[in-house]
Amino acid sequence: MSGVADPTGLVVAAVVLLAATAFGLVRRSRDGRLRALRADGPLRLTARDLGQSLGDRATLVQFSTSFCATCPGTRRLLTEVADGTPGVRHVEIDAEERLDLVRRAEVMRTPTVLVLDRDGRVLRRASGPPTRAEVASALELATVPTAA
Amino acid sequence: MSVPLAGAPVRVDPRGPRFAAVLTTLVLLVVLATGSGVLLVAQAAVFAVAAGFGLRFSPYGWLFRRFVRPRLGPPVEMEDERPPRFAQAVGFTFAAVGALGYLTGATWLGIAATAFALAAAFLNAAFGYCLGCEVYLLAVRGRARLGQG
Repeated sequence: MSGVADPTGLVVAAVVLLAATAFGLVRRSRDGRLRALRADGPLRLTARDLGQSLGDRATLVQFSTSFCATCPGTRRLLTEVADGTPGVRHVEIDAEERLDLVRRAEVMRTPTVLVLDRDGRVLRRASGPPTRAEVASALELATVPTAA
Repeated sequence: MSVPLAGAPVRVDPRGPRFAAVLTTLVLLVVLATGSGVLLVAQAAVFAVAAGFGLRFSPYGWLFRRFVRPRLGPPVEMEDERPPRFAQAVGFTFAAVGALGYLTGATWLGIAATAFALAAAFLNAAFGYCLGCEVYLLAVRGRARLGQG
C-alpha cells in the first residue's frame, strides 16, 4: 500500500540531502574561479569566431543563455570592468546560437567566462559567475607583456 | 533558437523563487516520508501553474507576497523570471513521473523521481543554485547532437 510509511523513502531523502549538501559546498568553492589554462593551449578564438573585434589588450568572452539566472549579473560586472579598463572588451555569446563555439570551448554551463589575450588565446576560464576581484587579477595577468 | 514568450520578460524578486524552493523541499520530504502520491500530484500542480502561467500565479508565490515580502526590505535587484520558470517546468516533469509511479504502485519510480526533484529544490533553497537552469544548455547541446544524427 502506498499510504503506509515505508522507510525506503526516508532513507533516500536523507541520502539526497547529504549528497546535495556535499555537491553544493564543493560547487560553491569552485564556482566562478578563473582557472589558468596552459598558455600554449589549443584554444584560440579570432574576431571572426566571435563576430566582433578583439580587445587591444584582452577580451572577456561570456557564454550565456536566456535560461541562466546568474548571466545578467555577470554581464553587468564584465561590462563595467571592460568599460573601466582600456583595451579590454566584453563579448557576450548566446550559447544556443553558437553551438559550434560551445563545443570548441567545451562549455557545459552558463555563464562560462573566458579570458583571452590580445591574440585571442584563451588564458583562463571560469564556470559560474566570477567575482570582480577574480576578473581584475585575471586581466592584469592577461595584459602583462610576457618576458618571452 | 529560444522559447517563444510574448512580451518583455517578467522581472521577479529573486527571494520569491528561493522561498518557493524551501516550501517545495519540505513538501517533497513529506512525500518521500509518507509515500503520498496525492501530495505529489498537488506539488506537480503547483509546478505546472508556475511554469505555465508565471511564478506570481503559483500558491507559493502568493504566500511569499502576502506573508514574507512585507517583512523583508526591498530586493537588491530583480531577476528575469524565465530561468526559475524553466526550472519549474523541469520540476513538473519529475513530479508528474513520480506521482504516476506512486499512484500506479511503482513505488520505486515514485521515490526515484521525487529524489531528483528534491535534490534540485534543496540545492536552490540552500545554495541558491538553479539546477534546472544549468541543465538547459546540456539539453540544447544534446538535442543538437541528435539532430545532426
